[in-house]
Amino acid sequence: MNLHPSKRTEWLASLPTLAWLSLFVVVPTLLVFVIAFRPSNPYGGIGAGWTLDTIRALATPSYLLIAWRTLWMSLLTTAICLLLALPAGYTIARAPVRWRNRLLLLVIVPFWTSFLVRVFAWRSLLHPEGPVKKALDALGLVGPDATLLYNPAAVVLVMVYTFLPFTILPIYAAAEKFDFRLVEAARDLGARPFQSFRKIFLPGIRRGVITAVLVVFIPALGSYIIPDLVGGPAGEMLGNKIAQRVFSDRDLPHASALSAVLILAVLGPLIAVLVLQRKGRKSDIVMGEAP
Amino acid sequence: MRRSRFPIVVTGLVLAFLYLPIIILVVNSFNPARYSSRWEGFSLTWYAKLFESPEIWQAVKNTLVIAVSVTAVSVVLGTTAAYALHRWGSTRLQRVHYTLIYQPLVVPEILMGISLLMAFVAVGAPLGLFTVFLAHVTFCTSYVAMTVLGRLQDFDFSVIEAARDLGASPWQSLRKVLIPMLRPGIVAGALLAFTLSVDDFVITFFVAGPGSTTLPLRIYSMIKYGAPPMINALSTLLLVVTLTAVLLSQRLANRRANSVTHN
Repeated sequence: MNLHPSKRTEWLASLPTLAWLSLFVVVPTLLVFVIAFRPSNPYGGIGAGWTLDTIRALATPSYLLIAWRTLWMSLLTTAICLLLALPAGYTIARAPVRWRNRLLLLVIVPFWTSFLVRVFAWRSLLHPEGPVKKALDALGLVGPDATLLYNPAAVVLVMVYTFLPFTILPIYAAAEKFDFRLVEAARDLGARPFQSFRKIFLPGIRRGVITAVLVVFIPALGSYIIPDLVGGPAGEMLGNKIAQRVFSDRDLPHASALSAVLILAVLGPLIAVLVLQRKGRKSDIVMGEAP
Repeated sequence: MRRSRFPIVVTGLVLAFLYLPIIILVVNSFNPARYSSRWEGFSLTWYAKLFESPEIWQAVKNTLVIAVSVTAVSVVLGTTAAYALHRWGSTRLQRVHYTLIYQPLVVPEILMGISLLMAFVAVGAPLGLFTVFLAHVTFCTSYVAMTVLGRLQDFDFSVIEAARDLGASPWQSLRKVLIPMLRPGIVAGALLAFTLSVDDFVITFFVAGPGSTTLPLRIYSMIKYGAPPMINALSTLLLVVTLTAVLLSQRLANRRANSVTHN
């Protein structure tokens, strides 16, 4: 190793991951777009030749309904997560250091438990014979025949449960660096608590909020197990349709076409955030703040 | 100045919300009732049933074989990548490298599963333990790289230069200086890779074949096609194993980090 490492060592150190990820991420992703234009064959494989039929088949009302449902359920999940994570991240950041680490650990521990197990736990909680249903029934909040499982609300509830820790962490990370004297100054100058939160704290942790939105919204768009286990037909999302094309119909080109739509849907918010951040950085510099 | 109580109340509710399902699940694993709505006394029935099931043991074996080999490969790949990213971070090559590594972290799992399935079908690779291994290494490498990169941010390269000035060979400076200083990051990355591999369902579901059923795949079919109370017991055991592993590794990582800074 030289003090001024040559280009060769740089390539040598980068080549293993570059090769691996090209082979198992880039090429497969491109293949999805290619296979969407191929016909399927009766053996569940990919046929010869090219066709636009699969792409045309996407423009049916049933798919549009699924796409719309996927979008609003993901947006609702993101909004609820943010509403819960903002006060939680704020509280943890303002707690005394000793408490801060304990609270953080408490938020992280559910992340270390098996994802399937967490979804299963909700499935048995919401079960017609389960404790939540029994409790709500006893309180007279739902009728004896109400079903809590297999509807969009159950899917949103479990998605919020799953993604909430991922939302709290970036909000906390941003809030921890925030100078809370600014809020105190605003309060001294007569701002009400909610005003100082909205006008001072929220803009101050903007980056954390953007990260939090991304880590919920993008995986929510691609949700598959949660709607599969608690959604039923009324709560199906795009991910369920992709899986059905693969496992029930064994129609890989159709699954590819749907996945291509999902890839484009995921790219949208990612590019929007990149553009926003670039703009944000420029305006920071104009305002004379260090980025 | 009076601080609003509202955020603290919400935080308390959030924590209750996060833990309530897990606590009920653990309690119910000791409940012999099939539909867990009534407490019928403490019992280990479901644990006994669990230990009698040969499919579960086969699934545990598959899961561990995959997780251990995936951890080994992705730690080497991920650490090398993190080193390259940190050392030459500003070059165009490293910007491409970083984008590639970042990809598996942001793309929804189902997309990674489906695209890998298409690739394996396109080249005619038989689906099985090996395809699951390849898929797991792909996403675990990214997580290891990011974890080690985080550790490297406060790494001082002049230490390596000093070792070289004092006559250490490149290999010696790597083995005796760089790797020991990076050990906490590598341990954390390895633990993350292991946990992610053990827990992965979606990607595995797409690329697994006959004979490569892992524990999450087994749990999924148990959830879908009967045997719920047994899952309570299995989940409780998993919970105990992962929590012990996390606490142990955190303690280890802290101790090692302290001993490195003290020397």
